[in-house]
Amino acid sequence: MERTTLTVTELNNAIKTLLDREPMLADVCVRGELSNYKIYPSGHHYFTLKDAESSLRCVMFKSSASKLRFRPESGMGVTAFGRVTVYPRDGAYQLYCTALQPEGTGDLQVAFEQLKARLSAEGLFDSEHKKPLPAFPEKIAIITSSAGAAVHDMIRILGHRWPMTKVLLLPVRVQGVEAPPEIAGAIRYANEFHVADLIITGRGGGSIEDLWAFNDERVARAIYASEIPVISAVGHEPDVTISDYVADRRASTPSNAAEIAVPDWHEMRDVLDGFEIRSRQAMQKKLTQLSQRLDAIAQKRVLSDPGVYIDNRRMELDHMRDRLGAAAERKLAAGKQDFVKLAAALDAMSPLRVLTRGYSLTQDAQGHTVRSASQLKTGDRVRLRFAEGGADCTVDSLYEGEAQ
Amino acid sequence: MTEHKLSFEQSLARLDEIVRHLEKGDLPLSDSLKLFEEGTALLASASQMLDEAEQKVVKLRKGADRQPEELPFEEE
Repeated sequence: MERTTLTVTELNNAIKTLLDREPMLADVCVRGELSNYKIYPSGHHYFTLKDAESSLRCVMFKSSASKLRFRPESGMGVTAFGRVTVYPRDGAYQLYCTALQPEGTGDLQVAFEQLKARLSAEGLFDSEHKKPLPAFPEKIAIITSSAGAAVHDMIRILGHRWPMTKVLLLPVRVQGVEAPPEIAGAIRYANEFHVADLIITGRGGGSIEDLWAFNDERVARAIYASEIPVISAVGHEPDVTISDYVADRRASTPSNAAEIAVPDWHEMRDVLDGFEIRSRQAMQKKLTQLSQRLDAIAQKRVLSDPGVYIDNRRMELDHMRDRLGAAAERKLAAGKQDFVKLAAALDAMSPLRVLTRGYSLTQDAQGHTVRSASQLKTGDRVRLRFAEGGADCTVDSLYEGEAQ
Repeated sequence: MTEHKLSFEQSLARLDEIVRHLEKGDLPLSDSLKLFEEGTALLASASQMLDEAEQKVVKLRKGADRQPEELPFEEE
């Protein structure tokens, strides 16, 4: 029987043809553990997939490897996708891998954990590096998409809470491959020209893929390098991104970022009212004390001509009272809306003695002035402030109607 | 009363100082009254800032020489 003698190349090619004809091998999906993982300068990845009993040589070309979103490491359990064929030069079959997926969690999750661990080790999340946010920012740079609900929510809430702050929108793409360099570029640009004293960057909710730009190392490093404090506001409450860890402050949503960024108009109105009441009370107390001292002197009759002395002091007091009144008048003229309250306060002041008999201010647990029973409920703790000292009280019962 | 108009933040800080001084009650009446008048003026200007504030929103664009250029913000 005559045998055909083949060259090595012919045999290898024959085997290759056989394997290539097998449809099952053209598109395989194989699970194993990565070992001997090597990345060559060419950009190709070489590794072995193995289980307890056998191993399989694999190669992943640069074009496929560049799409990996996590860093494969030896020892990692993975599922590999690709085609099995023969590499004729070595006479060995191998898996030409086109995609790798980490076992258990998704590849994005692994990428996230890896970047988080790396940046954390580098100190990018350290609390010493976090900058305080300005209490009253003059200008806020919002780095997000100019379309979508997030930017409008932020502008609306900022305008409602603190319209004094100017808002500058730096529009960027927030998803897709262009998003990370655009976001990072906008953060650097805002710093270069110091366009604002606070930055908010983020986007509305979406899938982990949609939010991915905020898990990009370039964005993380731009936030870290920012001289201007940064609030990160990505997705919904449970979504946490790398940006959130690096930023000076994390907001749970874009709307929440707007709330964190500026003070509340109504609270500041209350603060001003508090100052007004306290300064008025302090002045009234001062005047009352002086008035009492004059009375005491008058009773002692120790002065050669007490009548004149006391009359003069009373004139001075009247004069001071006029000035106090005039100051308040100016304020009223300036258009202050609480005319009625102020007028009442002045009115209450004219018979000076009456004031020492009782005049108190009620504040709730947050220190807000209580103006109406409707602000309180039974059991609330309130603080009463008198001309001298104060008292902490509990509300027993409430009733409606005008105060007398 | 103030030569340079204070910002809202500066006004708050000054008001806090004034009220604390007044509450201590150890100043002569004329000084107290001076402080009170300063405080009243600050309250009026700070209130005015609150009442008249109007939000400004602009879109920032990289203009010539990379300088920031402000454009009107339009709802998209």
